[in-house]
Amino acid sequence: MATEIEAAGIEIDGQVESDTQSEEDEGKEKTSKKQPRRETVRASRLERKKPQRDKEDESKEEHNCPRQNRASRRKTHQKKNGDGKKAEVKERDKKASTKDQKNSENKEKKTNKKGKEGENKQKKGRKNSTSSESSNSFDEESLSEEELAMLMEQVEQRKKLISAMRNKPWRMVKKLSVLREAQAFVEKFEGALGKGKGKKLYAYKMMMAKKWVKFKRDFDNFKTQCIPWEMKIKEVESHFGSSVASYFIFLRWMYGVNLVLFGLIFGLVIIPEVLMGMPYGSMPRKTVPRAEQATAMDFSVLWDFEGYIKYSALFYGYYNNQRTIGWLKYRLPMAYFMVGISVFGYSLMVVIRSMARNANESTADGEDDNFIFSWKMFTSWDYLIGNPETADNKFASITTSFKESIVDEQESNKDENIHLRRFLRVLANILIICCLCGSGYLIYFVVKRSQTFSKMQNVGWYERNEVEIVMSLLGMFCPPLFETIAALENYHPRIGLKWQLGRIFALFLGNLYTFLLALMDDVNEKLDEEDVVKNITRWMLLGHHNSSMGNSSADTPPSLDPADVPRGPCWETTVGIEFVRLTVSDILVTYVTILVGDFIRACFVRFVNYCWCWDLEAGFPSYAEFDISGNVLGLVFNQGMIWMGSFYAPGLVGINVLRLLTSMYFQCWAVMSSNVPHERVFKASKSNNFYMGLLLLILFLSLLPVAYTIMSLPPSFDCGPFSGKKRMYEVIQETIELDFPLFIAKIFSYVANPGLIIPAILLMVLAIYYLNAVSEAYQRANAELKKKMQMQREEDKNKRNNKTNNNSMMQDLEDLLAPSTKIEIYPKQAEGKKIESPDQVIPFGKQGKAEVLNGSPMSGGRRAVLIPPPHLLVTRPPTPGIWAPYSYADKPWPGAHPLGLVPGRGRGHPCYSHAAR
Amino acid sequence: MGNKQTIFTPEQLDAYQDCTFFTRKEILRLFYRYRDLAPQLVPLDYTDKPDVTLPYELIGSMPELKDNPFRQRIAEVFSEDGDGNMTLDDFLDMFSVLSEMAPRDLKAYYAFKIYDFNNDDYICKSDLEKTVNKLTRNELTPEEVRLVCEKVIYEADLDNDGKLSLEDFQHMIIRAPDFLSTFHIRI
Repeated sequence: MATEIEAAGIEIDGQVESDTQSEEDEGKEKTSKKQPRRETVRASRLERKKPQRDKEDESKEEHNCPRQNRASRRKTHQKKNGDGKKAEVKERDKKASTKDQKNSENKEKKTNKKGKEGENKQKKGRKNSTSSESSNSFDEESLSEEELAMLMEQVEQRKKLISAMRNKPWRMVKKLSVLREAQAFVEKFEGALGKGKGKKLYAYKMMMAKKWVKFKRDFDNFKTQCIPWEMKIKEVESHFGSSVASYFIFLRWMYGVNLVLFGLIFGLVIIPEVLMGMPYGSMPRKTVPRAEQATAMDFSVLWDFEGYIKYSALFYGYYNNQRTIGWLKYRLPMAYFMVGISVFGYSLMVVIRSMARNANESTADGEDDNFIFSWKMFTSWDYLIGNPETADNKFASITTSFKESIVDEQESNKDENIHLRRFLRVLANILIICCLCGSGYLIYFVVKRSQTFSKMQNVGWYERNEVEIVMSLLGMFCPPLFETIAALENYHPRIGLKWQLGRIFALFLGNLYTFLLALMDDVNEKLDEEDVVKNITRWMLLGHHNSSMGNSSADTPPSLDPADVPRGPCWETTVGIEFVRLTVSDILVTYVTILVGDFIRACFVRFVNYCWCWDLEAGFPSYAEFDISGNVLGLVFNQGMIWMGSFYAPGLVGINVLRLLTSMYFQCWAVMSSNVPHERVFKASKSNNFYMGLLLLILFLSLLPVAYTIMSLPPSFDCGPFSGKKRMYEVIQETIELDFPLFIAKIFSYVANPGLIIPAILLMVLAIYYLNAVSEAYQRANAELKKKMQMQREEDKNKRNNKTNNNSMMQDLEDLLAPSTKIEIYPKQAEGKKIESPDQVIPFGKQGKAEVLNGSPMSGGRRAVLIPPPHLLVTRPPTPGIWAPYSYADKPWPGAHPLGLVPGRGRGHPCYSHAAR
Repeated sequence: MGNKQTIFTPEQLDAYQDCTFFTRKEILRLFYRYRDLAPQLVPLDYTDKPDVTLPYELIGSMPELKDNPFRQRIAEVFSEDGDGNMTLDDFLDMFSVLSEMAPRDLKAYYAFKIYDFNNDDYICKSDLEKTVNKLTRNELTPEEVRLVCEKVIYEADLDNDGKLSLEDFQHMIIRAPDFLSTFHIRI
């Protein structure tokens, strides 16, 4: 593909080159007088008969001035050589055969242009030049179609050129002038294309296309303006390199996703409920119970998300199970359920899409390890760095990486005391597994304890928040601990980072799932409790009813005040509250950590340094580095909690949006004010998909518990939109039965039949299997091709070396055996060279130069051969010196040039094109 | 809006947008960046294309380039006269090529020119040595530098002529995973 594009580019390139050339040459041509006059005449004729014009132009031009064109072409070559446009020249040589075609095209174009110009000039006096056209007028009809197509093609080409202008490696001045020209050409001719009825349509289409391009451009301008925090991130990037910036870009992306989720939940669930649902206090589930009312507005209670907050639209329990609400007949339970599902659906889609995009980008790179040093040399400098400190670090890291590679290269098989290292690694892993188990158990223990606390009255602040505090502390202290242990292992830093990430991930995951399991226990307990309460409620209501019946004979029983109705534990709200608390405490811990760990530390180091006994900035506390992996993992897990909790606490996403918004500003500020760039500046390009993969994993893992609760736990009987149903998903069945026509219900029932679902799943599994097999086959083929390329390359190298060797040996032999034959060989070759040289060396000046530079021995040898006259060589005894063989070996080449058999280039190129594809 | 009209004509802006990877806003921002380098030299009116050239000392002092070990080469490659003195057109050219949107091939072409210190259209050993020394601030010993250069030539030189041509360079750089992400300057 790439080669094709390149070829196309060069084609256009060439044509434009000669266009400009033609313009430059125009002055000269005019002095010769012949050409322009003919053209003007022709142009005036063409003015009337457009279709005819081009064809004739072309033919005449072809006949009349091929020489001139060739001259100008050559001039172009030379000019290019002067410009140092090496690549183009080379390409041109290679495509010698296609070149001519192109040049003829160029000619056409040029003539067209000239014709056009002439036309302009002749517009005033066109009447006097009607004589000559009659001769050609008879064949105009037959040619016009073809011509039109050609003209159209040219216009298209120009347009392509205009759109590809920015990809050209030219100076701006040239780009501008070429652009202007091409635009003028398009302007001129696109309106003229098409005739009769089609003409107007065509012009209209062109106009619309132009408008459309303009609109698109404006829209793009607008879009780039809408991306938030671009400058902020750019600033961070220039100070800390792309790896730190990747965290902020990730954060921004996350913010976007959460904003969409927030819109979904607020727009479709919370706002309808607030606007159209029954107001606060109208029913038991929307009222604070009597016992809690006294303290319901206390801050300490609100802070725990009890009291009024617990009985608000932020949590599951507040929603009513009315099928429709308000005058819109909005089906809220249905909407609640669908939004809960679509939150997951949307997130899944977005994550997978961005992963796929990243993967597409990264597969193009491949993972060759053929170019370790080259890549280090040419791509290790990050041009984004605009800060001396970062630059210092980068210099240092590049130096060390070079040194590392050198050491690797020099002694790849040196490994001292492998047993000790293995032992240490095993030890480290055991220690870390112990840590993980310990932290898991700790959390389980704490959650269990909190359940007993929650049954007791007046417990302290610590007891109430124990779980959160312990989890946050674990999250704070375990990663550094892991890092310390990882020092034992002595891995390469990059591998070490992966291990570290994996371990922290395992820790967080373990903690989260322990927390979930404990929560499940809690929920089961609550479910048992609920049965009891259900009976009590029924009895109480019955009793109340009876008593009221006894008191007054009114038909409507005076309803019990909603605050007094006994109610179940509502496990959904409890789960929601747990998640909200966890999120909030996580936010606070993160911010406090940043404030204390980064800002206060930075202030301390900065200001106490004046009166301290050692250098604080360089020594022990120093400034903090920005912990990318920890921050990204924190963000990922936070998102997991949001996903899990959002079904039971619709307000959670709102909290998260706020959190992301503030942390964008806060962390940007903290990074800029109190962090120092990494000592080991590493790049972010690869780890990006790694983060996305983690996010996907978390998404899947957070989907599991929610799906489990939806599918297999009965909802509470007196709170939430699904109360009164056996399972939450029954809301779908209900909607289908009541709101859809019968046959749709039937279709659904058929579709939901296991007999249909299982084959569908099977089919999908098979499809996955098949696609997987196909992709594996492709990969294998890819690897095979790669290997082949490598082989070919090696072969080429060997062949080339052998050739020089062989040739030199042959020549040695010749030297020794038959000095007399030389007499004949030498003059011939010298002659050949002389004949060749005007053709070869002058037009391909670059190449000649290249060969001169190619290696002084070769060229020196050649010159040495050329300079002395033949007869001298005859008289002299043959001297098989060190360099003499090269000269002989070199000889066949110049002769081979015109045939395109230059060994080095000829073989080097296919490799390149293979690779480019 | 009034400001925009006075600096460039709409046609000029459109042409610049066609020739670079920038939006109108970015072009204006770049113009102001350019002007801020020497407010007394650069006029606020570019409609009649004044012939203004800023010396390399000013260009090289931009924060985006200040710490780049190759800043002089960059300026030389993109400047019209080859000495690093830049007109506004050169300036736009430079940042267009180094912008995020520029395609790999274009970037590779200019990267080659930047690393080709002696302008002979080949990256030869001396160019490589210069590159290494600039990248490491002469921290490596001569033997190490020599080894690195040899390795690079061994890896990337396809036609075995002891130096890297543009094709060799493109072949190598097109596979580099980090080339696109590192060879760009945001402005």
